[in-house]
Amino acid sequence: MRTLTLGSPTARRAAKPVPALPRLRAPFVYAFFLLLFVGLAGRSLYLQGIDNEFLQEQGSSRYSREIEVPAHRGRIVDRDGEALAVSTPVKSLWAFPGKVEASPAQLAQLAKILELPPQALAKKLAPDSDFAFIARQVPPEVADQAMRLRIKGVYDQNEYRRFYPGGETMSHILGFTGDHDAGQEGLELAQQEWLGGKAGSRRVIINRRGDAVEDVAAIRAPQAGRDLALAIDSRLQYLAFRELKAAIDANKAKAGGLVILDAQSGEVLALANWPTYNPNARNKVAREKMRNRALTDVFEPGSTMKPFTIAAALDAGRIRPETMIETSGGAMTIGSHTIHDAHANGTLSVEQVIQKSSNIGAARIALALPSELMWEMFSDAGFGTPPRTGFPGEVSGRLRPAKSWKPIEQATMAYGHGLSVNLVQLARAYTVFASDGELKPATLLKGNGPVAGKPVLKPETARAVRRMLEMAVQPGGTAPKAQIPGYRVAGKTGTAHKLEGRGYTNRYISSFVGFAPASKPRLVVAVMIDEPSAGQHYGGAVAAPVFSAVTGAALRMLGVPTDAPVNNVLLPPEGSEVREET
Amino acid sequence: MTAFLARLWEALTRRIDTFLLTVAMAIVGVGLITLYSATDQSFARIDNQLVSLGVALVLMWLIANVPPQTIARVALPLYVLGVVLLVGVALFGVTVNGSKRWLNLGLARIQPSELMKIALPLMLAWYFQKFEGRLGWKDFLLAAVLIVVPVYLIKRQPDLGTSLLIGASGFYVLYLAGLSWKVIVGLAALAGAAAPMVWPLLRTYQQERILTFLDPTRDPLGTGYHSTQASIAIGSGGVTGKGWLNGTQTHLDFLPERHTDFIFAVFGEEFGLVGNVTLLVLYLLLVGRGLVITANASTLFARLIAGAITLMFFTYAFVNMGMVSGVLPIVGVPLPMMSYGGTALVSLFVGLGILMSVQAHRKLVTS
Repeated sequence: MRTLTLGSPTARRAAKPVPALPRLRAPFVYAFFLLLFVGLAGRSLYLQGIDNEFLQEQGSSRYSREIEVPAHRGRIVDRDGEALAVSTPVKSLWAFPGKVEASPAQLAQLAKILELPPQALAKKLAPDSDFAFIARQVPPEVADQAMRLRIKGVYDQNEYRRFYPGGETMSHILGFTGDHDAGQEGLELAQQEWLGGKAGSRRVIINRRGDAVEDVAAIRAPQAGRDLALAIDSRLQYLAFRELKAAIDANKAKAGGLVILDAQSGEVLALANWPTYNPNARNKVAREKMRNRALTDVFEPGSTMKPFTIAAALDAGRIRPETMIETSGGAMTIGSHTIHDAHANGTLSVEQVIQKSSNIGAARIALALPSELMWEMFSDAGFGTPPRTGFPGEVSGRLRPAKSWKPIEQATMAYGHGLSVNLVQLARAYTVFASDGELKPATLLKGNGPVAGKPVLKPETARAVRRMLEMAVQPGGTAPKAQIPGYRVAGKTGTAHKLEGRGYTNRYISSFVGFAPASKPRLVVAVMIDEPSAGQHYGGAVAAPVFSAVTGAALRMLGVPTDAPVNNVLLPPEGSEVREET
Repeated sequence: MTAFLARLWEALTRRIDTFLLTVAMAIVGVGLITLYSATDQSFARIDNQLVSLGVALVLMWLIANVPPQTIARVALPLYVLGVVLLVGVALFGVTVNGSKRWLNLGLARIQPSELMKIALPLMLAWYFQKFEGRLGWKDFLLAAVLIVVPVYLIKRQPDLGTSLLIGASGFYVLYLAGLSWKVIVGLAALAGAAAPMVWPLLRTYQQERILTFLDPTRDPLGTGYHSTQASIAIGSGGVTGKGWLNGTQTHLDFLPERHTDFIFAVFGEEFGLVGNVTLLVLYLLLVGRGLVITANASTLFARLIAGAITLMFFTYAFVNMGMVSGVLPIVGVPLPMMSYGGTALVSLFVGLGILMSVQAHRKLVTS
């Protein structure tokens, strides 16, 4: 077997003394090398010239990131510019627990910095979860201190945190923000577009560990949100909240609300609810505490509706303030139903129907009116339609169309049963009497002074009702406790049995709506106490004192000139108060 | 004085092949520039590499001045030493990263497989020369045994890549010595047929590497990571590259082993297609010059060893660039004269020295 290919000896080679070498297998080797190198060059061409776009994209997708730059959310301020909601920069720390590489000493330090019990930290980093926040929204310096431990697998991110200096006093109006500082409830939600601004973005270069190593370019600068000025007056808000809470405690009530409106502009100067919550620490707050009851809950208003019934009849010229109404016996039968007054009054003038809060009187006046006329009055006063304050989720209340009213219904609606309202609606409706018959828009945002409302009543009608409402708070009326030293007050009590399921219960909603000073009304204040259970339940006993305390203090705070001597308050002798039964 | 300097210069350069050295130094230069970028502009590795280069140049010069016949005399002792050390590794080796490749000699840790890269072709060339003129199939059989022993020892370290390359270096000598095409084709066919049977014998990670090579997207974050990242780095360089020190994949830590086995990806990203083709041409010139020297060799030993070394240069360059650019599976082969690493640089320049010795001493026998 010949295994060696010998080169054919040429004459020249044969002459040499050295043995002939095997023919170098050169051409084949040359060709082979060239082919392989051309192959490599081809591969290079493919990667760098042809498949290039894909690979470049892949390349940049590895190191280039567009990161969102959160926009600073606008503040919410009160009418005087005091901050009610502010965003401050904070940081959150997070990790993929399975990928954290930390020594026990590092973990102990981390726990110490974050002020966490070491067990809690260990639990967060338990390897069974894919992702975990180690600390949310901590001050930047704390996060930076933690990041300086250089624990592999722990990352930080910039966020904004919303702080609410007013805490629980203001929480229902403001609402709160959620993830990414976006509005989630209340005005924070409703005004998201205004407050939120637009997040910007930046292009950064990151390394394999995901750290941004270089800022390349700002693609979009973040657009900071704008500040939002509310109609709220912080001082009045605190006052309202404090007095409401005191009244709730004193009356062992379930819930309550208090609304202060500017009588001339309709601006909501204060809106307090109980129960409430602290928006700065709302981890375990029950949902029901977050409801802005003054706008999202309805109740049967009771006697606070009577002035509207009277106003409808006065405006239509059906009665005059002095017209006498027979309310004899304290009971009145309509069809198969009987309605009652708290105590028999005999014959009352229209003024006295309001002053004494006679159900029968109001019913008689109502039954003399076409149902459409009464409906129109109620509707014009804003009942049955949402108050359009700009608050999300506000309700319209219930006002059935006049056509479907039966006489008994028309009679009970005259004193505020068979329909429902929310507290803001009720307060707003009283701007009709506080002005010369104009319904002011209720607004949560700061306006520019007095606004012309929608004319609803003749001025003389409004003035007449205002006089009646003044009588109601004087001795002989239902709410002498609503009086304020130095100011004339007008208002109306309400004491309504609560409707539950199909029937009325012996639980009450006590309310008072009024305004002051009566000579030139500045504030409309509505107070509602839900289920007072400390012995008293009449609006004149439960809600009127709250009105007096709040409105008196508010007028003095606002520097409103007095329109009565300071010794104007006249209280009837103990035990002779006038009570009303709705 | 000038005469002395001229004589010194003559003595220094007499045996040096200028063309070969120029090309080699050009590649080393490109390598240093790339290394500087790959190590994030640190001089520490550059300094080390320069020291190694000094040693390598001295060794090259020494060997270039030794006639091939003298070199041939160390072939047998070197081979035997190599095999003994490999057995030593198998018995007392140091395990690093799961492979037993190193032998701790107290003073230094050596990797005997590096020695074998030169020792095996030397041994075979010496053997074929010794029995020149009466070579029969028995000689080729013995040569096969000489190849298989170190290849087997290295394979079980395990170091499949190196064992294959050393096997290849042995095969090149056989090929150049005139191994029959019939045998080559027969062996190739046999290898092809045996492949499915060899598969189960491979270690899991070796199987993974081959599977990943066939489909790099199979496990892009695991076994496919190196390959994918390298392809992306090269590809993102585009035609003209991103410019020196501007390779993003490199500097942002995405590219693994970037100063050693994957330095070609760094180069490709920063210098683009233009750079790659230039580098290929440089290697082609180096290999071409090697082939010319081989063709001019005057003895069988000289021709066989020169040819084998040239082919090894080609193989290392091709396998490394092939694996980095994704046409070959990942095996741990550095890019000749570019990758960081003193041992490899020194052994490559020893190879250059042998080539120069062959070229310089080709006339001695004939004249």
